[in-house]
Amino acid sequence: MAKILVFTELHGTHVKGVTLEILGKLAGHTVEVAAIGAIPSEATADLAKYGASKIHSLKGANLDKYSPEGYANALHGFIAAGNFDYVFAGATSLGKDLLPRVATKFDAGMASEVTNFIMEGDQFSGTRPLFAGKCFAKVELTGPRPHFVTVRPNALGLNANPTSGAASANDTAVDAGAITAMIKEIVKGASEKLDLTEANIIVSGGRAMKEAANFKILDELANVIGATVGASRAAVDSGFAPHAMQVGQTGKTVAPTLYIACGISGAIQHLAGMRTSKVIVAINTDPDAPIFTKADYGIVGDLFTIVPLLTQEFKNLLGK
Amino acid sequence: MNIFVCVKQVPDTETKIIPSADGSFIETSSIKWIMNPYDEFAVEQALLVQAANAGSTVTVLRVGSSKDTEALRTAMAMGADDAFFVEATDNLDSYSIAKALKGAILKSGKTPDLILTGKQAIDDDCLQVPQILATMMNIPSVTVVVEYSGSATDIVVKREVEGGALEVYGVKLPAMIACNKGINTPRYASLPGIMKAKKKPLTILSLADVGVSEADRRVKYSNFQLPPEKPAGKKFDATDAAKMGAVVKEVVGLLRTEAKVI
Repeated sequence: MAKILVFTELHGTHVKGVTLEILGKLAGHTVEVAAIGAIPSEATADLAKYGASKIHSLKGANLDKYSPEGYANALHGFIAAGNFDYVFAGATSLGKDLLPRVATKFDAGMASEVTNFIMEGDQFSGTRPLFAGKCFAKVELTGPRPHFVTVRPNALGLNANPTSGAASANDTAVDAGAITAMIKEIVKGASEKLDLTEANIIVSGGRAMKEAANFKILDELANVIGATVGASRAAVDSGFAPHAMQVGQTGKTVAPTLYIACGISGAIQHLAGMRTSKVIVAINTDPDAPIFTKADYGIVGDLFTIVPLLTQEFKNLLGK
Repeated sequence: MNIFVCVKQVPDTETKIIPSADGSFIETSSIKWIMNPYDEFAVEQALLVQAANAGSTVTVLRVGSSKDTEALRTAMAMGADDAFFVEATDNLDSYSIAKALKGAILKSGKTPDLILTGKQAIDDDCLQVPQILATMMNIPSVTVVVEYSGSATDIVVKREVEGGALEVYGVKLPAMIACNKGINTPRYASLPGIMKAKKKPLTILSLADVGVSEADRRVKYSNFQLPPEKPAGKKFDATDAAKMGAVVKEVVGLLRTEAKVI
């Protein structure tokens, strides 16, 4: 039986949702979880509920803030000592940056951003989109172990019937080693909400938003349904929204459960970033806009009247 | 400074992607190739750093198929001094590409002060090569960089993370920096630049020359296929003010009862 580690990150007092998705998918295997730093009790309870057999809190000097070298050294040491066959993590900002570094320290390979996978006995086999979601391929790993995998958030979904595991977190000392690229400060972003790449629901605005101030109607809708607000490249290039909000090629690739495109025509560069969303709603005045070919539910109409109506209707539905 | 830029050649975004008959890769014969869009930011950054540090050279590296050398010619037309091309297939994995790039840097005979790449290639979207290469070279690296400033020995870069937050790093060179959109505005190649590029040195190497073999493969892809066709969606006309309320009510209802996402 493969010895599996899931590396997790904390989001406030909880672990990031993608960790629980991975754990749920690995039900039936013995899976350990590790995070850098102290693990709050709420996070421990979540991890236990989804089947973590052991929970490791990795502690050491110079690990209070992320550093590529420090985290890679610490995790490399821990994984080597634990003799793991597989290491999974979410394809988050940190996961995507960190895991290839750790893998290379083992001369090992990594499968990036899989959207599904199975473990056939001791062998991993995954599926992932390539060429901006225009095709899919099977991905397998070969060469030295451990093998590394990052999983796209929201792709697997949560296991409805998880098997529970251990309940406590144990401290393990790790060494961050020498750090030459050091964080001097962290400049806060505009949004405290879930990042686009991890959001379960996204409301995006395009060129038809006309100006930055109009994004507040999207914010209002987003607040009601717990969504993160995104933007098309046209909206970003017109100065309506910062680049951090851009969905699509040269922006973020997202795969939420629900994507609501408001006043977005659906250029191929935009579709590249959101075509794997589970359900797509499009609102556009142009009945021939390409976005309608990808939309599960298309509304031909003016977003400035439709979006506030949607907000009100969701409020009624959700009893807010 | 010895500045290196790694570029990848990828299918143009507009290109239709067709899996090959045996599913082992995609049909590459009719593809229009372009320089990976993120790599344009890396080339531009290299030229900006070169301009700020007299006597610096910019060397472009590429690993991939020989069908077209568009990406290298574009980089040299923009202003890069010379190029190394490692002839390979288009479906190498990240580990092999990074190892080949490291080998090409060794072959150049120059010790890098700065290596620049795009943050990801839009073909396989792996976001691995920059980190693997930096780890193999044992130099610090920062990815997803949207701001760059500094001297020939010390730089400050800003890395974009969740929610648009920025991590500000102080880094001692040599280092590897992976560029994101926003770091600069790439220049267009001028006509004289394009003419001059034709005379700039381009060294061609084989995978064997840079010490890479099939044994270096870590990731195997197979079974390339088109995504499942989505059934046609439902489209509602809400241009008539009298119908808007009913349409919105119906769509919200369907999101709950049919799509089950709310």
